Amino acid sequence: MKTTSVFGLTTALAAAAASPLAAQDAVGIDEKVNQVFADLTGPFVSLIFAPFPGTSFPWIVMWLVIAATVFTLYFGFVQFRFFKHAIQLVKGDYSDPNDAGEVSHFQALATALSGTVGLGNIAGVAVAVGIGGPGATFWMILAGLLGMASKFTECTLGVKYRNEYDDGTVSGGPMYYISKGFSELGLPGGKILAVVFSVFCILGALGGGNMFQANQAHAQISGIVGDYPGWITGIIFAAVVFAVIVGGIKSIANVTEKVVPFMGILYVGAALVILIVNYDQIGWAFGQIFAGAFTGLGVAGGMVGALIQGFKRAAFSNEAGVGSAAIAHSAVRTKEPITEGFVSLLEPLIDTVVICTMTALVIVISQQMIINPETGNYMLNEAGTAIATVDGNSGVALTSAAFASGISWFPYVLAIAVVLFAFSTMISWSYYGLKAWTYLFGESKTSELVFKVIFCIFIVIGAAASLGPVIDFSDAAIFAMAVVNIFCLYFLMKLVKTELSSYAARLDSGEIKKFTH
Amino acid sequence: MTVKLVVGLDGTETGDRALAFAKDLASKIDASELIAIYVIEWSPFTFQTADENAKRHLRREEEIDLATSRIVEPAVAALRSAGFNARGIVRHGDVAETLDKLTVENGGSQIIVGRASADGFTKRMFGSSTQNLVMHASVPVTVVG
Repeated sequence: MKTTSVFGLTTALAAAAASPLAAQDAVGIDEKVNQVFADLTGPFVSLIFAPFPGTSFPWIVMWLVIAATVFTLYFGFVQFRFFKHAIQLVKGDYSDPNDAGEVSHFQALATALSGTVGLGNIAGVAVAVGIGGPGATFWMILAGLLGMASKFTECTLGVKYRNEYDDGTVSGGPMYYISKGFSELGLPGGKILAVVFSVFCILGALGGGNMFQANQAHAQISGIVGDYPGWITGIIFAAVVFAVIVGGIKSIANVTEKVVPFMGILYVGAALVILIVNYDQIGWAFGQIFAGAFTGLGVAGGMVGALIQGFKRAAFSNEAGVGSAAIAHSAVRTKEPITEGFVSLLEPLIDTVVICTMTALVIVISQQMIINPETGNYMLNEAGTAIATVDGNSGVALTSAAFASGISWFPYVLAIAVVLFAFSTMISWSYYGLKAWTYLFGESKTSELVFKVIFCIFIVIGAAASLGPVIDFSDAAIFAMAVVNIFCLYFLMKLVKTELSSYAARLDSGEIKKFTH
Repeated sequence: MTVKLVVGLDGTETGDRALAFAKDLASKIDASELIAIYVIEWSPFTFQTADENAKRHLRREEEIDLATSRIVEPAVAALRSAGFNARGIVRHGDVAETLDKLTVENGGSQIIVGRASADGFTKRMFGSSTQNLVMHASVPVTVVG
């Protein structure tokens, strides 16, 4: 997911509020709105991001990591046992040629990835490594590998319990598998939980999937062209998103959907170039990652600090357990729902294990983070909250500086990538929010239009104002989705186990065969 | 033994010329069957939005209906009324690859297509479907100018 730390955002806002400029704005409408929202939503946000007593470890991160571990063990390390099979499915080896023209496994995976790869991989990793040191990467990779099992579980259910309508369209996601799955198992409360999930999904879509993206996109653009009012960016973004989701202007969506993967490939390619040029330092960088994972190498909080940052960023980046991917993956055409589960487990691998690790390696190798030559440990900044960097950079600026040390013009490409990633995330989340909305209010054209218009209005608000509490609340809503989703997955996972056993047996017996292409 | 001739249709005049040539050829063979195939250009490796994915099945049905009613059925009907043994197939996929695969699957002994109708730039960049077919086909290919 393309969010940076809500904690970092809150800190930044607190710092801004302390400045004379912010004091002048204190009487402004923005500030009043902030205050009202903060008062209304504060307890909810605090609850979701509350740390375990006596630690700074948010319980929601532990909730996601424990779930991922449970699913990994329950399904017997499915992410490793069926990894090769997942690749074969994406390649189309098991796709019936008579189904050509339907949504392929590759397309469902690419669509889901376009909703997750983005700011989380660029800015989030820099936050993790900047605070938790290189060791955070180790825990991030571990969390990514475990998260593959969460995705597998939710996406299998997403396809199995989707709604297929007479006109050939489909709707799927946690709200459908929660209500149908609970009813199938004779469990009470499925409908209520599905409604609660949908409410959180709509709030998450409008916030983290929309306002936060618009806000970050404006920050990037104004960082290059100079400061200007955010509502201008908001109006432009809203107009383009409106044209795509309401006007059905496919050409814009088509261009985005082609450019975004290209930007992703360019990003990974640039990281690879930097790593190849500095190949002699890769061993050292991995040494730092392993050493830092267990000693902390002097970072604030030591080994635990590295672990918290790594787990937190991985969970925030790949959305495993949140339930959003189940909505995206449910459109695939397959007779075996579990095949989409196998394909979806590649998502945290690509997002977290590959792309996030690339970013982390580039940051470590670029030596933007200052090492004390005497101790070999990292030096902390003046506040003692993060590792000191060469130019005092953090977040996306640190990633940008790290890439610039290898490829001087890359920050411009990165800025464009951030804006495009933000746009593609908005398009993806507009769909996730819409599916939750239509689950609650029905699949009529009017109902859909109402949500789409609301969605576009929130883009303008998100870009125009620094509504910190609103964004905090929206991020909290996304993770609240995970609270409901994972709670339900614990009850529903036996349904996935039945599918897995049946499929594995038929695959072994040769009943499920490759098609010759 | 029935000789099966595959005709690649593309909804243009060049496809019609290929059809005319195939008729001429089939009329000289004692037992023949003409298989008219229209391939809807499609790749499983393109990028789509979630909304497009959700509506894809519906669009696919529409595309197949359109290709069948506008291109393949009229061609097959015309062939049958002229006394030929004929049938039609519509399939999504890479044009050259799918045409070849369907020919092999259906026991076709020859493919007859019109010459390239792609525009200059596309043709220079990627080669036309006809060029690709000629280079990779499993059976003889006749290209009608």
